[in-house]
Amino acid sequence: MSKAVLMQGNEAAVEGAIAAGMRFFAGYPITPSTEIAEGCARRLPQEGGKFIQMEDELASIAAVLGASAAGMKAMTATSGPGFSLMQENIGYGAMAEIPCVIVDVQRAGPSTGLPTSPSQADYMQARWGTHGDHPVIALSPSSVRETYTLIIRAFNLAEKYRTPVIFLMDEIVGHMREGVELPNPNELIINHRKMSFHDGANKQCYFVPEGEYVPAMKPFGHGERYNITGLAHDQSGFPTNSSQIAGKLCQRLMDKVEKNVDHICRVEEYAMDDAETAVVCFGGGARAVMEAVLQARAEGRKVGMFRPITVWPFPEKALKARLPQLKRILMVEHNHGQMLLEVQRVAGNEKPVDFLGRIDGTVITPEEILNKLAEMEGEHHAQ
Amino acid sequence: MSERYELRFAGSGGQGVILASVILAEAAVISGLNTVQSQAYGPEARGGVSKAETIVSRETIWFSKVKNPDFLLALTQASVNAYAPSLKEDGVMMIDDSLQAPEGFPEERLLRVPVLATAAEKVGKAFTANIVAVGAINAALGLFGEAELLEAVRRHIPRGTEEINQRALDAGKALIQADQAEAFRRRLG
Amino acid sequence: MPSDLVHLYMRIDHLPQMWCPGCGNGVIMRDVAQAIDELINDPDERFTREDFVIVSGIGCSSRAAGYLDFNSIHTTHGRAIAFATGIKLANPKLHVIVLTGDGDCSAIGGNHLIHAARRNVGLTVIVFNNDIYGMTGGQYSPTTPTGDLATTAPYGNLDRPFDIAQLAAGAGASFTARGDVFHARETTEIIKQAICHHGFSLVDVYSVCPTYYGRKNKKGDAVEMLKWQQANLIPGARFETMSQEDRQGKKPIGVLTHNDYPEYTDEYLKLIDACRKKGRK
Repeated sequence: MSKAVLMQGNEAAVEGAIAAGMRFFAGYPITPSTEIAEGCARRLPQEGGKFIQMEDELASIAAVLGASAAGMKAMTATSGPGFSLMQENIGYGAMAEIPCVIVDVQRAGPSTGLPTSPSQADYMQARWGTHGDHPVIALSPSSVRETYTLIIRAFNLAEKYRTPVIFLMDEIVGHMREGVELPNPNELIINHRKMSFHDGANKQCYFVPEGEYVPAMKPFGHGERYNITGLAHDQSGFPTNSSQIAGKLCQRLMDKVEKNVDHICRVEEYAMDDAETAVVCFGGGARAVMEAVLQARAEGRKVGMFRPITVWPFPEKALKARLPQLKRILMVEHNHGQMLLEVQRVAGNEKPVDFLGRIDGTVITPEEILNKLAEMEGEHHAQ
Repeated sequence: MSERYELRFAGSGGQGVILASVILAEAAVISGLNTVQSQAYGPEARGGVSKAETIVSRETIWFSKVKNPDFLLALTQASVNAYAPSLKEDGVMMIDDSLQAPEGFPEERLLRVPVLATAAEKVGKAFTANIVAVGAINAALGLFGEAELLEAVRRHIPRGTEEINQRALDAGKALIQADQAEAFRRRLG
Repeated sequence: MPSDLVHLYMRIDHLPQMWCPGCGNGVIMRDVAQAIDELINDPDERFTREDFVIVSGIGCSSRAAGYLDFNSIHTTHGRAIAFATGIKLANPKLHVIVLTGDGDCSAIGGNHLIHAARRNVGLTVIVFNNDIYGMTGGQYSPTTPTGDLATTAPYGNLDRPFDIAQLAAGAGASFTARGDVFHARETTEIIKQAICHHGFSLVDVYSVCPTYYGRKNKKGDAVEMLKWQQANLIPGARFETMSQEDRQGKKPIGVLTHNDYPEYTDEYLKLIDACRKKGRK
C-alpha cells in the first residue's frame, strides 16, 4: 500500500501552515475557503496553537496582525468578499512590517457572484487591493501537494521580509482532493523572523543596518517598550510628518521586495526549451494548460507552459529571458485579462500576446486551449 | 483500466454521494494510483442534485474536471435525468432500482441495483446507501482490491461504525452477480 | 511642572501631546498611568510594567498609545479590540489595555466591541468618550445626544445615542463601569478595578471636547464642561441615596456590572490541554 493520503487543497493549506510553524488562525467562514478555518479549529489546539472565529474578516486580519506582533506565526483564510474586507489591514501589515499569511481561495465575482465556482479574478486585487503604494508578495499553487509546500514558503517569505504574503489559491485547487505523500518534516526548510532582544542602547525598533532592508523584530512583552503604528514613522517607530523620513520608509518597503525579486520569484516551465509558443497560466488554471501542452507536443507542435508560482512580483526576468525564442504567447486565466496586463507589459511590442479567459465560473478546458492555439498558429502563419 | 477513468456520483443531499466519491478516490491512493476528486459545494449542494467526481489514472492527472464520465452512479430520478446524457458513448450507468433509465438507454450499459432498499432493509440503516453503492460499484468495475477498498472506507467513517459499514460494503458487493461483473469488466478492457 | 507620572510613564520626547487646550483626554491618559503605577507598586498585586500592552485605534483618543511608555500599538480605525484579541490570545500573560474613542469603538468598531464582550477575552477597554469625532473636526458620533449640533448635523442630530457602558453590559461584558474627567480619583480607582478584573472589562470615561462639541453646542469652555460633569455625573454610592426626582438628568459613575465569567484565554488553554491529552488527530 502507498504511503500517500488523499488530501484536499484546503486541508493541505492547513497542514502546510502548521508545518511552517503557524500557531494562530483567526477567520470567518466563507465558501470556498471554509475548510481551512475548520481544519485549523480542529488541528491547532492539538499543536498547542489557537484558532478563533472572529465576527468578520476585518476582525480576522486584525487579530492575525495582533498575534503576529506578539510573536506568533499567524494566518487567516478567506475568499473574494472577505478578501475585499481585509484590504485596509493588509496595508497596515505592510506598513508596520508584521509578517502573516492571508489565504484567498478565489471564487467567481464580482460581489457575491458564484460562491462555489472557480475564478482567478483577485489577481490584481492581491497586488493593488489596499490603498497606497506598498510591496506585495503573492504565491499561487496549482496542485494539492504544491499547496502544502508553497504555503510553507509563503510563511518563510513573510518572516524573512516582515510583510503580509498573499496565498492566492482558487476553488479548483482548494476543493480538489489528490493523493499526497507529505515531505518528511525534518527535510523542510522553515524560516523564522529575525528577532532582536535587549540590544540595549539601540532602542530603534525599526533600525535597519546599512545595506539591509528588513529590521529585526521585537515582540511585545519581552522587556522593550516600543511603538507600532500604521502612520508613517521613523526608525524609532513613532509617527513623523517629515516627507523625507516617510519617503525613505516607503522606498525601503518597496526595495525589500524589489531588490530581492531573484529570491522571491519562482516559475515552473514545462517544455519551454525549444518552445515557439508559451502558454502562460497560474494556479488551478495550469492543469488544463498542462494537458493541452502535452497534447500539442504529442502532435509535434512547439508549445510550452510558463507558470508563475510567485505571481507577485510578476516574474518579469524569467519571461523576458524566453522572449527571443518565442513567436507568440497565450495567456490563459479565469478572469477578464489580469495577468495578461503584466505579460503584455513584459512582452511589449516584441511578441504578440493572445488571451483566453473565462468569467462565467466554469473551468477552461484543454480542448479550448488547443483550439485557441490552432487558431493563433493559423493566424500567425497567414501573416 | 484505461489511461483515465472518470466516475461521477449524483444524488440528493444526505445520500452521501460525495463520501462515496471520496472513498473511491482514497482507494485509488491506497492502491498507488493517481486520483483527483472534486464536488459541487455550498448552495449548489444543498437540496436538489448533489454531484461529485473521481478521476483515476495510472498517469499523472492534470485537468481535474470530468466532462464525459465513464461511469455514473445516480440515486435520484433528477440526477439520472440530468447526467445520463453526459456519459461517454460506452459509459456505464448504475441507478437505484426504484428509478427509470432514460428512454432508449442501452440495457447492456445499465446496472439497476437496489442500493437504497438494501441499505434501509438489509443493512438496516438508510444512511449506509453510499457504502452499499461503493461495494456494488467496485464489484461491478473491479477497480480496487478488497483490502484497499475496506481501508479506504475505514479512513472516512466515524469510529464505532466499522461493523455496520463492513456489512453495507458486503451487501453492496452481493448485489452484483459474478457474470454481470464479468461482462462489465470486459467492456472496460 | 510635570508630575512624576509623566517622567515615569510617558514618552517625554513625544510630548507635548497634540490634544487641544481643555481637552479631557490628557486627564484620562493620566488616570490610566496612575492606575498602572499603583498596581505595579502594590505588593499584593503581581503586575510588571513589561506585561502591559497599550492598543489603540484611530481618533483623538488613540494618540494616547504613542505617549504612554509601554509596549504600544496604534492600529486602524475601529479595529483596536480585534488587534488586542490577537495579542491576548498569542500571549495571555500580557495585560492588554485598549484606549479607544466613542466613534472608534461603538461606530466603526462596534461589532468588535460586542463580540469581545461576549467572548470575555481578558482585555481592558478604556473609552475616551467625548460625544464627537474630534480628529476630523466635529462630526456627530454614536454618543452625540439627539438634537445636538455637529458639522454633519447642522440642523440637529436625529440619531438616538448609545450608552456605551450599557451597550457592553448588554453584550455580556463581565465588567462595565462609567467614569469621567472631573472625578479623576474615582475614575482611577475604577480603572484599577477594571485592569484587575479577570475577563473583559470596559470603562466608559466621559471626556470633554470644548473645541468641537462644546463650542458647537454652547456648552462653555473646559471649566464649564467640567462643572457640568461635577453636577450631573454622580459617584454611585451617592447616586443610590438620591431621590428619583433628584436623579433626573443625572447619571451614576462607578461599576455597573461585575461578574465572574470564564475568561476566554483560560478556557482556550484548557481546551488545548484536553485536546493534547486525547492525543487524537
